[in-house]
Amino acid sequence: MSDTRQDAPVASGPEAGEGCKDCSRRKFFSQLGLGSLVLAGAGSGLFTYEYFSPNVLFEASPVVKAGKPDQFPSDSVTLDARAGIYVVNSDAGFYALGAICTHLGCLTAWKPDLDRVACPCHGSQFNRKGEKIAGPAPDPLPWYEVSLNDDGYLMVDRSNILKTPKYFKV
Amino acid sequence: MPDNIQTGLQRLRATSAWRSIFRSGAGDSNLHKAQAVQQNVFLHLFSVKVRSRVLDFGPTWYLGAFTLVTFVVLLATGILLMFYYHPSAPQAYADMKDPQFAVSSGVFLRNLHRWSAHTMVFLVFAHMFKVFYRGAYRPPRQFNWVIGVFLLLCTLLLSYTGYLLPWDQLAFWAVTVGSNIAKAVPLMGDKIRFLMLGGHEVNANALLRFYVLHCVILPLAAVVLIAVHFWRIRKDGGLYIPERKDA
Repeated sequence: MSDTRQDAPVASGPEAGEGCKDCSRRKFFSQLGLGSLVLAGAGSGLFTYEYFSPNVLFEASPVVKAGKPDQFPSDSVTLDARAGIYVVNSDAGFYALGAICTHLGCLTAWKPDLDRVACPCHGSQFNRKGEKIAGPAPDPLPWYEVSLNDDGYLMVDRSNILKTPKYFKV
Repeated sequence: MPDNIQTGLQRLRATSAWRSIFRSGAGDSNLHKAQAVQQNVFLHLFSVKVRSRVLDFGPTWYLGAFTLVTFVVLLATGILLMFYYHPSAPQAYADMKDPQFAVSSGVFLRNLHRWSAHTMVFLVFAHMFKVFYRGAYRPPRQFNWVIGVFLLLCTLLLSYTGYLLPWDQLAFWAVTVGSNIAKAVPLMGDKIRFLMLGGHEVNANALLRFYVLHCVILPLAAVVLIAVHFWRIRKDGGLYIPERKDA
């Protein structure tokens, strides 16, 4: 690089070299400018992300009132479509299964004649303990915590997934 | 054309108002014709001159042009449908259903929108297959192929977001499944689904998000990309036609 480029615009001046008085300053300011643009861009990105993630949601509580224990006949599987759960009254006690298919989130249905839970979307099937029997579902149906409230209703906490099956005796 | 209309047109094209809009002015020379294209903001996307072989049916089957036609039909019918549609959970389904009976031409416009949407998806794929198998994506047109891929994405996303708006069972479960597919993205899947739906379930927030995407953001993106797509045809040397074998 020569420091006497005749055709260079006046403002561009000489490039880096010993005779260059302005170069470090110019480099500093251009980096400062670029840096502030990057910062502003990142800030806008964060701002946009935060704006599009609502802080308060008007969604249903994860804890749902399933009904009184005597509503469920012995040895039965009952779907609560609104809550997306099955309440199962078995010999060992009550338990609650998630009714949302673990494949892609469709609402499953209980088929009494097959003794199975079946998903209408892609054909996954589960037994009444939630274990997968057929289809593309990657996981068994989750077991939710069941409790009894003071008024004698079975409460199902959909945010509390049990790691090991637990039966609730009334 | 009768002479008096001809002279009337000529007089109109000589007025200062006309000349202020169309600088090229009256005249039938090649220069005038070229300037009329070049100096028009919409027409200047296209070439001033093309080889007549390019305009034959064979090289393109006019698939890109037909895709544009469906897109324009979708814009027109979509804007009209917006006048009767509220993107709110209690109203959306009724607003989709009512105009089929209670609005003149309502059922026609809705079905035209629906069929054009299906046709556009089909034509976009057909257009891309045609371009691919003819090798028209090769340099110097490789960037326009990339623009085309983004236009394909726009088309599919427009289809997908529009699918939710009738707010019926089909729409609800399709978007439930679709948003769960998005959730399968590693690490940030849950966040993507949350941002898509504006919550954890498909509800009023999701309907409004899909509505804004469908009616504003995606059509704008498509229009910009279409403009670049057409302009690049000119910049890349016109539509691809293979050299004549017999020449």
